Amino acid sequence: MGWGDPDRIFYRLCWGLSLGMVFLVIGIGITLFWGSLPSLKAFGWHFLVGRIWDPVNEKFGALPFLVGTLITSFGALILTLPFALSSGIFLAEYAPPRVADGLSTVIDLLAGIPSVIYGLWALFYLVPLVRWVEMKLGVIPFGLGLPTASLVLAVMILPYAASIIREVLRMVPHELKEAAYGLGATRWEVIRGVSIPYGLSGIVAGLLLSLGRALGETMAVTMVIGNRSEMPRSPWDLANTMASVIANEFTEASKDIHLSALIEIGLLLFLITLGVNILARIIILRLQVR
Amino acid sequence: MRRLILGVLGWMLVWGAVVWAGEITLLGAGATFPYPLYSKWFYIYHQKTGVKVNYQSIGSGGGIRQILARTVDFGASDAPMNDEELSKAPAPILHLPMTIGAVVISYNLPGVPSGLRLTPEVLADIFLGKIKRWNDPRITEVNPGKRLPALPIVVVHRSDGSGTTYNFTYYLSRVSPEWRKRVGYGKAVRWPAGIGGKGNEGVTGYLKQLPGAIGYIELAYAYQNRLPVAAIRNRAGRFVLPTLKSISAAARTHIPPDTRVLIADTDAPDGYPISALTWILVYKEQAYGGRSYERAKALVDLLWWCVHEGQAYNESLLYARLPENVVRIDEKLICSITYRGKPIRRCK
Repeated sequence: MGWGDPDRIFYRLCWGLSLGMVFLVIGIGITLFWGSLPSLKAFGWHFLVGRIWDPVNEKFGALPFLVGTLITSFGALILTLPFALSSGIFLAEYAPPRVADGLSTVIDLLAGIPSVIYGLWALFYLVPLVRWVEMKLGVIPFGLGLPTASLVLAVMILPYAASIIREVLRMVPHELKEAAYGLGATRWEVIRGVSIPYGLSGIVAGLLLSLGRALGETMAVTMVIGNRSEMPRSPWDLANTMASVIANEFTEASKDIHLSALIEIGLLLFLITLGVNILARIIILRLQVR
Repeated sequence: MRRLILGVLGWMLVWGAVVWAGEITLLGAGATFPYPLYSKWFYIYHQKTGVKVNYQSIGSGGGIRQILARTVDFGASDAPMNDEELSKAPAPILHLPMTIGAVVISYNLPGVPSGLRLTPEVLADIFLGKIKRWNDPRITEVNPGKRLPALPIVVVHRSDGSGTTYNFTYYLSRVSPEWRKRVGYGKAVRWPAGIGGKGNEGVTGYLKQLPGAIGYIELAYAYQNRLPVAAIRNRAGRFVLPTLKSISAAARTHIPPDTRVLIADTDAPDGYPISALTWILVYKEQAYGGRSYERAKALVDLLWWCVHEGQAYNESLLYARLPENVVRIDEKLICSITYRGKPIRRCK
């Protein structure tokens, strides 16, 4: 068992590389913190609750972006949930294997489409649709804003959620399902009573991972959210998200404090994503114990 | 044998000198707005004189930083350097206007072609969100004979930081005290109303798609997308459409000797009011950092060509020509460029 042992080398290599990943995450965190120091000093906690984003008078509060990001991401999650769950169940339980394989490939292909394509599609097809609905409802018919952004995000995270749910349901042991059928359960009862409870932790974790993707999505959202840096006053209003404001203002932010405030938004986004992932871990652990 | 070697060496020396003299490459960096024009100019100049110019369009802020650091022969900027920036410079810097750009107001009103009239006050109040419908009496009273629909106005602005936003908000601050107080001017501002689109192309997209929309874009985007443009009332009281002629005319006003001026809200009688100069920045004294006289001379000749022969290429690329009075100032500035205290170009 010396240094020349391939097993040993491989072991150390893997260790080193995975440690490197950890350092990379910590390094990104430190860099963001360092860059946002001037803004942290100038605004403190007011940055989190401030509603005014005014680069001319150097007043920066990130609450509108925080709210915009959370509304669109959770909105997308809620919209995508029934579709992801039903397509996952269909592919894992009902569809004949050949059909299931074909459909799974198509759904996975959706994940490979660049986000700017989703943005263009939303701009040309979702916007008129949303505007038509808004006119029927009697609200200001922008066609852009929170509902459109949530819809396009829902479509974008659907393939992730659906394929994780499908995989989780496929992993349910056949013995359990056979036993339930043996007791006279119908297919619906097996899915409800055996498959879903067994795979619940995996399903929740999959959904949270999709949420993480929705939180950080930039291009498609920028194209349809309307980019208004004020607090949204209704679910139909224009808004802005954290990722979107960074993409918009970073390149030409000439004042140091403006740049630093944008980096602090990046730090916030980083922490929120980290928080969502930690939450996913906790949920998986809790549900496994049962 | 020795004669042969000497001959070869001499031949190489002569040719080396010839090739070397023809191989001057001038370096420039800065503004993105005039980039298409500059690359055309420098391409043609290379064909005619053999002098190469390498221009990097990295943005006006970058152009100012690079000329301050003396890493380029000239910088380029859409905004004049302010006093603070000039005080950081190791030696006096000259601002040479090269062309004029304009911010045009475009709209999407079914049945209303180019030529909708807007006063500065109405324009400011539309972008402040105070005028909400197209048939508002303040719009209809300056547009007699035009049937304006009862559509709600959808304001579209840039969501990314940009020089276009700077020039437009600077103009609004000049004409509206309320705008100056509530919003102010800059590359990115806190918009009181409207939808943000990323880039000129983003705003153009929304203008095409949203009925009732109004927004500001660069002239070239309105032309290429055949969008209707508004005639804005200038200081002389005339409603002026943005054309290459009226934009050029905007600079036919008092320009200070150092040319550091924003010509928005011009007092030229037929000038389009939302116009802006764009500059090339050079050091007045060219002998610095080991630069050769040939290099300095090549730069001066290039600048002279740009403000004279080069101007003939402006209009085909939708940039306005410099008017006579600005060319005269440019000439005076170029003649004031020196090498070790001696003027490089002899002028009358």
